[in-house]
Amino acid sequence: MTRVRRWLPGLLLVTPSIIAIAVFVYGMLGWNFRLAMTDRHDEISEGSFVGLENFVTLWDQKRWGISVNHAVVFTVVFVFGALALGWLLAFLMEKGIKGEGTFRAVYLFPMAISFVATGVVWRWLMNSGQDERAVGLNRLFDSLGLDFLQWEWFRNPDWGMAAMAIPAIWQMSGYVMALFLAGFRGVPEDLREAARVDGCTEWQVYRHIVLPLLRPVTLSALIILGHISLKVFDLIVAVSGKQIITDVPAVFMWVAVFDSHDPAKGATIAAYIVLAVSVFVIPYLVWTLRKERRP
Amino acid sequence: MTATETRTPPARAHGPGGRAGRRAGWARGVRLALLAAFLVIFLIPVYVLLVTSFKPLTEADPSRAWALPEVWTAQPWRVAWDKLAPGIWNSVLLAVPGALISAVLGSMNGYVLSKWRFPGADVLFTLFLFGMFIPYQGVMIPLVQLLVKLNEITQSVTGASGVFYGAIPGLLLAHVVYGIPICTLIFRNYYVTIPDELIEASRVDGAGMLRTYWSVVLPVSGPAFAVVIIWQFTSMWNDFLFAVFLTGPQSWPTTVMLNNIAGAQTVPYSQQMAAALLASIPTMIVYVLLGRFFMRGLMAGALKG
Repeated sequence: MTRVRRWLPGLLLVTPSIIAIAVFVYGMLGWNFRLAMTDRHDEISEGSFVGLENFVTLWDQKRWGISVNHAVVFTVVFVFGALALGWLLAFLMEKGIKGEGTFRAVYLFPMAISFVATGVVWRWLMNSGQDERAVGLNRLFDSLGLDFLQWEWFRNPDWGMAAMAIPAIWQMSGYVMALFLAGFRGVPEDLREAARVDGCTEWQVYRHIVLPLLRPVTLSALIILGHISLKVFDLIVAVSGKQIITDVPAVFMWVAVFDSHDPAKGATIAAYIVLAVSVFVIPYLVWTLRKERRP
Repeated sequence: MTATETRTPPARAHGPGGRAGRRAGWARGVRLALLAAFLVIFLIPVYVLLVTSFKPLTEADPSRAWALPEVWTAQPWRVAWDKLAPGIWNSVLLAVPGALISAVLGSMNGYVLSKWRFPGADVLFTLFLFGMFIPYQGVMIPLVQLLVKLNEITQSVTGASGVFYGAIPGLLLAHVVYGIPICTLIFRNYYVTIPDELIEASRVDGAGMLRTYWSVVLPVSGPAFAVVIIWQFTSMWNDFLFAVFLTGPQSWPTTVMLNNIAGAQTVPYSQQMAAALLASIPTMIVYVLLGRFFMRGLMAGALKG
């Protein structure tokens, strides 16, 4: 009884949040999945249960295939690009360098700005006009004599989504840098010194001491970048609008809800996005929980 | 290991004039040069935004795209301000109270989950954290339906129409609720660093949970409040998805208005870019003045307390 009295007030204090999360996160995810399993393809009808039909028929639509394809290209380029650049910046700064504060501040500042605001300038920078009609980066390449670098950026049907990842890398690599820098600095200096005394070269110290200790940071960065990538929406809308050439599931969902007025279809697309994110976030959370319980 | 005999001692063992010392200096030079090159690349979009935003209409020509303005004018800024001002006000009404409410909720949750734990607190916390990662698309349609329902209820009770859906209170509610996970995480990680003995001593003195919170925990919570308020302010200010789904023309925040201005083909580049800069000023101020706290919020997001 006394033990219950000890923790009950705490439970009561978080109850409002528990209810909010239960309703707004889990309740609504369930609600969305249920809607995705109905044939409510307009805003008037009630819709009846049709099972996984929407999940299957979505794949018959050409646009869905395109948007999934785009999401994959974008995710691969963005995640590895931001990871590589962020890691490189942290590696260059790791041992301390003059003006480190300035470098860090500049690399990190894009994170403070919205995709919608930076979309204005990136749309201009990645304008597809070339040669005398060139603006933006193509113009810069033109005047530097690097004409061969000109291309149609996100308007390229095959690799356009790789170009779309550039602003995203610009925005997020500073964050990855900060994570890795904290990771690098978290490696105790005595550990490195001990390895050196044992006869390791700098490269071996790095390979056998530092890199393994960076693994959890890399995993965190990977999860964060990956989940941002799969739900990317405002960047695409801000840079290219709702064009099919840069369609991703999140934009397709908006079109399904607002332009085609098809709630069941919108819910199905949303459900696929949730599933894609859950596939790697849930194992990660379970792993974190286990690690925390270990003494 | 045969490499042992031939290895070179650590560079620091040599004087600055030694071969290894010179090599270390050279390496530092390369690192500095690379970092500076990336600095320039990172600042290109800022240069373009600033330079273009001060150009008169006549200079908005592709051939002069990268040049400084020949005539500097604040005209684009004035036009941008006129167009954006209502949105900025809406964003203030959203982000200021929103950030404060988020901080209070996060503080109470973080306190309980770190210092006044109940059975299953860990599992509950993990269930909360999943809320941090869910794609908001997955809750968007039900959220709209719920807010529409809330509109109907408030209308039948108070007679006021459009209180939640299509208005700031609905958007505020969404941001506060979906901000609970990250705010709880930040406060929990911060409160873990307060010694348990302090809480225990307060308990022995006969203080209850709220009393301990008020007189022991809250007075030392300043930094965590700063982190959460900055974090929530920034994400509410920058959000576009919730805003575009949940608000109407009267309550559009800055991002939606900016997107509408920028999406119009006829608006000159200079005005669009001035508007983009204008929309970013509040978050930039926060970043410049309180970058340290902004940074801590970021690190908390990586689940590393």
